[in-house]
Amino acid sequence: MSATEHFAAQVRASARAGADVAWLNQTREQALASFEQMGLPTTRNEHWKYTAIKPIEKKAFAAVVGHVGIDDIQPFLFEGLDADRMVFVNGAYHHGLSRIASEGVRIASLAAVLADDAATVEPYLGKIADPRASGFAALNTAGLVDGAFVHVERNQAAARPLLLLFVASGNDAFAQPRNLIVADEGGSVSVIEHYVTLGQGAHFTNAVTEISVAANAEVRHYKVQQESDKAFHIATLQADQARNGRLHSYQVSLGGAIARNDVNTRLNGEGAEAEMNGLYLVDGRQHMDFHTNIEHVVPHCISRENYRGVLDGRGRGVFNGKVHVYENAVKTDSDMSNKNLLLSSNAEIDTKPELEIYNDDVKCAHGATIGQLDEVHMFYLRSRGIDPVAARSLLVFAFANEVLQTLPLEAVRTTLEKTLIARLPKADHLDELVQ
Amino acid sequence: MSSTAQELDQLIGKEYKEGFVTDIEADTFEPGLNEDVIRRLSAIKKEPEWLLEWRLEAFRHWQTMVGPDWAKLDVPPIDYQALSYYSAPKSKKDGPKSLDEVDPKLLETYEKLGIPLEERAALAGIAVDAVFDSVSVATTFKDKLNDAGVIFCSFSEAVQEHPELVKQYLGTVVPQGDNFFAALNSAVFSDGSFIYIPKGTRCPMELSTYFRINAANTGQFERTLIVADEGSYVSYLEGCTAPRRDENQLHAAVVELVALDNAQIKYSTVQNWYPGDEEGRGGIYNFVTKRAECRGVSSKVSWTQVETGSAITWKYPSCVLKGDNSVGEFYSVALSTLKQQADTGTKMVHIGKNTSSTIISKGISAMRGSNAYRGLVKVAKGADNARNYTQCDSLLMGDRCAAHTFPYMEVANPTAQVEHEATTSKISDDQMFYCTSRGISEEDAVSMIVNGFCKEVIKELPMEFAVEAQKLLGVSLEGSVG
Repeated sequence: MSATEHFAAQVRASARAGADVAWLNQTREQALASFEQMGLPTTRNEHWKYTAIKPIEKKAFAAVVGHVGIDDIQPFLFEGLDADRMVFVNGAYHHGLSRIASEGVRIASLAAVLADDAATVEPYLGKIADPRASGFAALNTAGLVDGAFVHVERNQAAARPLLLLFVASGNDAFAQPRNLIVADEGGSVSVIEHYVTLGQGAHFTNAVTEISVAANAEVRHYKVQQESDKAFHIATLQADQARNGRLHSYQVSLGGAIARNDVNTRLNGEGAEAEMNGLYLVDGRQHMDFHTNIEHVVPHCISRENYRGVLDGRGRGVFNGKVHVYENAVKTDSDMSNKNLLLSSNAEIDTKPELEIYNDDVKCAHGATIGQLDEVHMFYLRSRGIDPVAARSLLVFAFANEVLQTLPLEAVRTTLEKTLIARLPKADHLDELVQ
Repeated sequence: MSSTAQELDQLIGKEYKEGFVTDIEADTFEPGLNEDVIRRLSAIKKEPEWLLEWRLEAFRHWQTMVGPDWAKLDVPPIDYQALSYYSAPKSKKDGPKSLDEVDPKLLETYEKLGIPLEERAALAGIAVDAVFDSVSVATTFKDKLNDAGVIFCSFSEAVQEHPELVKQYLGTVVPQGDNFFAALNSAVFSDGSFIYIPKGTRCPMELSTYFRINAANTGQFERTLIVADEGSYVSYLEGCTAPRRDENQLHAAVVELVALDNAQIKYSTVQNWYPGDEEGRGGIYNFVTKRAECRGVSSKVSWTQVETGSAITWKYPSCVLKGDNSVGEFYSVALSTLKQQADTGTKMVHIGKNTSSTIISKGISAMRGSNAYRGLVKVAKGADNARNYTQCDSLLMGDRCAAHTFPYMEVANPTAQVEHEATTSKISDDQMFYCTSRGISEEDAVSMIVNGFCKEVIKELPMEFAVEAQKLLGVSLEGSVG
């Protein structure tokens, strides 16, 4: 059986278990047809040029039922974070581990919403993220069953942030979370997606998150990917932003054997603003790929993008940032930066900051650098009696921390800073220096 | 600046001043491409057996290939069987020995272009190996170059007189099957220039060739090979203008440069082929493979180009930096106006240690022009201390033009320093206001700002070309700027 046939059979089975709604069935069937036609992407596809997903095809990933207790998830809850939380185990909502108490926001599992109130999500689900964008997006849509649904109504602000914890347990588990975040006019919400693995097993996560930002609404979306070094993680984030709508996207990628993130937004209303920041730490034999796409559809929108990568070991990083300015989108103001620190002679980085502009009245800039630690900085630290390993770690920390500093939620930021320090050599020494 | 868009459009729109056809008898093959055509072509040129085999090999490979479709270009399908693959001016048969014997109509063509051969040759001190369609008709300054030991001749001549050099280097930088258009060129290349600079020689003058495409429906397949032996230096200028035609014409050239130890090659291009009209009718398809190999230590290759013509440009002059301490440079101005499309850029492949490269690319899009920069900077694993600096800026004029940037950076060495910067903007209202408030007319202001935008590139051109390039930019951008 080919990989395409295997996955098609998997999603057919899961779709049967999902809610039976006419429009949803149609969406799934169309997506399945697209998937069967496209298959999984190959390196002959320009968007997958540097990322070969062959290892995913070799394993027979399948839905697995996991048994997870509160002690198992405790380490992943971001110490000091006061948040609602939804826990998903191998892609399925786990009611017992979840805590939902906030006012001003509707938080529910997508499966539950589809069962009782499918009409609420009909205008959004599968409409924001194009299932034909890639084989993986099609696969997720074809097997669309569960995930998180977050809805803030007009002029409401969610009292607390929402933590979505996706736990993978057991080997060869195949999970396809599907999340939908809707902020009505003037609404505001913060959502953290956290992907983790219990143990060191290999598993496959194929996630899609859709975000609708209505006029004057604000969505802050965090994604922390900390799966095991054997895990395969593919995720798509697609947002639509209306007039003066603001999206802040923070991506931190630490785990996975192959981790691919597509982060896309469309600025559909004047005055919309997008901020996209990201950090990827690549080590061992990891392969991390970020593709971002910001579409300036209408005039007077602003986008800011800042991605940084640290590449060590035999790791490989890929960054492809694209800004697309449409014909009528005058007064577009866009800025993109991608900086990479290459620390090992076996590591590799492939970066491509793209601009596609169909209009003359724009201000667009992008920059990319690939380099090493500054010798002058090293000298400065060493002349003050800091040993070379710690000095190096300190400089790497400073480089990466510039992205973490932009994260507004303190609990998330401090936890990630600690995680970052712990990964670096001479961590104990470093802890003293940073405090 | 009032009603900017329309006025700019008026400034930018202009008739192609160099569109005319010289009516001379030509020896032309009937349209079609097969092995027999290649055999005939090779026989006419009295080529040795190995070269014919080389062409056939390329042709067989070409038949298995498909044209590239990844570029940001809208290329109408090309019927390769409808093209004629050889055209030589009749007068060649009598073999002009000096300028006096050259067909006066040819000379007239050059006159109209403002490049009278004698004058250019005598006053500017440049040896011009003029390629009129496919056969070289006039060569000057041979003796002076001979004294220095420099070989500068047409490619066909080189095949006859220096077969060992041609055989040694042909296809070593751009192999026959490198890409679709290079393979086609390898099969049917007509003529071009061949330059060999011997060891330790500094070429005593700037070498120059003028290409023109004349007869209708003959694709031009130039093949240029420049070899700079150890410690030598050469500066080569190439200029292109073509008469006006309504049908699209294909130009698929291959340029190979080889720089050995401590050698330097400077290759400059001013390209002003017919760009077609406002509706995109006519114009040249310029599908060119240009590549340099810095084979020796401390060798250097510098590409400078000013591209204002052609309906469609697909061209990526590249440097393979094999030798330690070798240097690659790319300076480019690409202007797309009317309905022109350009997908151009460079590749810098760092293989040797301590190699460095600089890329300065300036794209200007106006009216309905589309301009894409596509570049690759690759640092191989063993290329310690590689250094690259890339700057690619786009200037936009008019709300229907397009500018794209696709810079690929692939780095596999931790000692590499690679930087890329790009900006896209239009001529700002502030800049225009500053100029006009000082009594500078809008046309002059636009011309001044554009020239300032391109200055870093223009200054890299040899003096004669810099003047011409500035003139070209001015002429291409407006109708009346003095």
